[in-house]
Amino acid sequence: MTSGRPPVLSIRGLCVDFPSRHGTLRAVRDVSLEIAPGEILGIVGESGAGKSTVGAAITGLLQAPGQISAGEVRLSGDIIDTRDANAMQALRGRRISTIFQDPLTSLNPLFTIERQLVDTIRAHRALSRAEARVEAVRQLEAVGIPEPAQRMTNWPHEFSGGMRQRAVIALALCSQPELIIADEPTTALDVTVQAQILKLIQNLARERRVAVMLITHNMGVISQITDRVAVMKSGEVVELGKTSTVLSRPCHEYSQALLSVVPRGDVKLSRFPVAGSARNIDAAMKWLLESNSQHGSGGADALVELRRVNRVFGVPRLFGSVTHGAFKALDNVSLCIRRGEVMGLVGESGSGKSTIAKIVAGLNPPSTGELLFNGEDVYAARFEVRQHIRRQTQMVFQDPYSSLNSHMRVADIIMEPMIHFGLEKNRQLAEPLMLELLNAVGLEASAARRYPHAFSGGQRQRISIARALASRPSFLICDEPTSALDVSIQAQILNLLKDLQEKLSLTMLFISHDLPVVRQMCDRVTVLQKGQVCEIGEADDVFNHPRHRYTETLLSMIPSMHRPVELIQATS
Amino acid sequence: MTGFFLRRLASVFPVMLVTAFLSFAAFHFIGDPLQNMLGQEASAQDRARLAAELGFDRPFYIQFLKFVGFALQGDFGISTRVGRPVLDLILERLPATLELALLSFFFAMSAGIALGVMTALRPSSALSRVSMTGSLIAVSLPNFLIGIGLIYVFSIKLGWLPSFGRGDTVKIGWWTTGLLTKSGWKAILLPAISLAAYQLTLILRLVRAEMLEVMHSDYIRFARARGLPKRLIYFSYALKNTMVPVVTVAGLQLGSIIAFAVVTETVFQWPGVGLLFINSIRYSDVPIMATYLLIVSFIFVAINMVVDCIYYLLDPRLRAVGGIK
Repeated sequence: MTSGRPPVLSIRGLCVDFPSRHGTLRAVRDVSLEIAPGEILGIVGESGAGKSTVGAAITGLLQAPGQISAGEVRLSGDIIDTRDANAMQALRGRRISTIFQDPLTSLNPLFTIERQLVDTIRAHRALSRAEARVEAVRQLEAVGIPEPAQRMTNWPHEFSGGMRQRAVIALALCSQPELIIADEPTTALDVTVQAQILKLIQNLARERRVAVMLITHNMGVISQITDRVAVMKSGEVVELGKTSTVLSRPCHEYSQALLSVVPRGDVKLSRFPVAGSARNIDAAMKWLLESNSQHGSGGADALVELRRVNRVFGVPRLFGSVTHGAFKALDNVSLCIRRGEVMGLVGESGSGKSTIAKIVAGLNPPSTGELLFNGEDVYAARFEVRQHIRRQTQMVFQDPYSSLNSHMRVADIIMEPMIHFGLEKNRQLAEPLMLELLNAVGLEASAARRYPHAFSGGQRQRISIARALASRPSFLICDEPTSALDVSIQAQILNLLKDLQEKLSLTMLFISHDLPVVRQMCDRVTVLQKGQVCEIGEADDVFNHPRHRYTETLLSMIPSMHRPVELIQATS
Repeated sequence: MTGFFLRRLASVFPVMLVTAFLSFAAFHFIGDPLQNMLGQEASAQDRARLAAELGFDRPFYIQFLKFVGFALQGDFGISTRVGRPVLDLILERLPATLELALLSFFFAMSAGIALGVMTALRPSSALSRVSMTGSLIAVSLPNFLIGIGLIYVFSIKLGWLPSFGRGDTVKIGWWTTGLLTKSGWKAILLPAISLAAYQLTLILRLVRAEMLEVMHSDYIRFARARGLPKRLIYFSYALKNTMVPVVTVAGLQLGSIIAFAVVTETVFQWPGVGLLFINSIRYSDVPIMATYLLIVSFIFVAINMVVDCIYYLLDPRLRAVGGIK
């Protein structure tokens, strides 16, 4: 590095292998990196690129059967033997700490924050319980937790997501390590909280001269706080350099592709840019269109309408009497979704987005107010009408891993709604349609015979979409459909949804906390805050001229990127 | 906590009342206690006199109300077979059953948790393999067969331990204990082990499964990444998280050990309540059977309540007001 001092971390030619029956998989090949004190090095890449494996290898926490097959790791000049389990145990915490992705699951739920901090401090320093407690208060104060002495006695579940991640950072730092490996530290957090946490990591790195390895798939995060960035693809570092240089003038074509697929918050494009060639999905969709022709004439009238909806979650009290200190999840929400439009729904977690999704999907009646579908009061409708509305309303869920039944073949998953709603009499008739649907969402016919676990996240989300379409819906609810996916996959799925929506003139409620995505997907946008509607408007208006102060705050939190000049010109 | 506790306590009464009714009703229509008390040669007058004396001529509901009324005052009637107060008979034998049950429960819990943790952490070690195979055997063999097997090996072949009875006992107040004498300990070992075998395997397998899951959780990964000592991670951070389901099952098992020690008590001729119950069935001794069932259901209810309170202590998330995040 530039200064004369040795870098905190220096990796030379690191290779990690995962041997298996089908031969050895090399997850990391020939990676060389250096991080100086106080420097933040970003490692970016898609899932499966080997980013986290690098971090795990350095800490000796590789998942079995992974092993380091070649390379040298130096910590402040000393060679460390990553194969010696006892030496690594002594190293972890004391010299290298790790921050994991999900603050909700990183803290032990059955121990107070104090207990976890004190145990960690005492594991590394010869302090008495009382001294360790004082130190714990100091650490919590440093990560910006108000009234630390008091909050410290709380349980993890009593902390909000952002506070928990602060506590996690305090836990990682309390042993005074030289190097911190932050593995997707803000992925599970809201935009507003993400900004605060990133700022905190940056300040701590500067003040304490700690080296930080920041692993993420989010280009925005990289551009915000890293000094240098390494782009990884299939286990190799394809580009390494100053963050500003890599982002503005990427040399490797993969870096360029990775940058080009990031959804943009500033201008609206007709399609999401896709890395590589997009698959053409113009398939025979006559069947799907059959049902929609009957009410395609509607024009701009409302398909779905929420009228003065309130939803209260009661708190059960002693001897069954309810509603003392009740929690109001939705407060007088009125919302109208027009036929054929894509309505975006944005807001932080806890703002009531998912509650609205459940009410609109007919899964959870509102406390007061009504839901109209095609002018029909859904929750008061007769059974036959309810069934009809249920067929018309379908949902694509956030997590493609848990929303598909793992014991059913893909063919059965997709045919079930067709047969259940009597759209086709039997499997023989439904089968050709199922294959067409698979084709329409960009999957091979051979996929039908397989089980969901054989597919990647993006492919599973395609299956979910095919399943949702199988009942020939006119209204599709997408609850964060891409937040579990990589950026390049995200672009493909969003394009698929967009194409299907246009071809089938679907009405769509699109829920997301990712504002650039919403801007690209939606015709109109509804902004929610604490269960209340702040703003409803045309997407362009809301993004260009927000009227509500909360909308402005949300928009200002989008991590801004220095974009490569030529790419902006190429895509717009 | 107090509110929670009071609510649980309030639910005990209807449960106990229903059990009392069921057990009283069931036994009321089974067998004829008068016949057993009077023998074959009794005249119709004798029968009527005894029936009136014991209140058997009154309507069923009155008999039940009287039963409940007296039970509330601690009077469960007089055994029609032995002719002594039921409560005395049961209290005399309860210590034997409780000692046997608690000791075997202690065996099952301590060995089950220790072996469960070990088989989860070191699945390939010799002891792990032996205990996993052994647990399969213990879970598949019927309880009485294990008892008979133990008697055959340790009493008949080796002659180390007695095959029946309770050994010498010491009286402390109304409680008699066999745990203060050498012969008492010798006598309790075989029945306790035979009773513990099944519970031990259950706990072992449960702890192992839970432990394997917890060891893959993020907070354990984070604890390892922070460099916490192994012992602290395994036996404090991980083990406490496996305890909620284990406590549930252990509570239910303790109930069934106490209630259904009948088989083991019969095999080892253990002078406990179970053996008393079996003998009472033969003579349709209604007061004893009804009281036994009442006491057993009371034990179940009480254990369940304790289990709920332990949840409360174990998992702070249950203490949150209303449990809403």
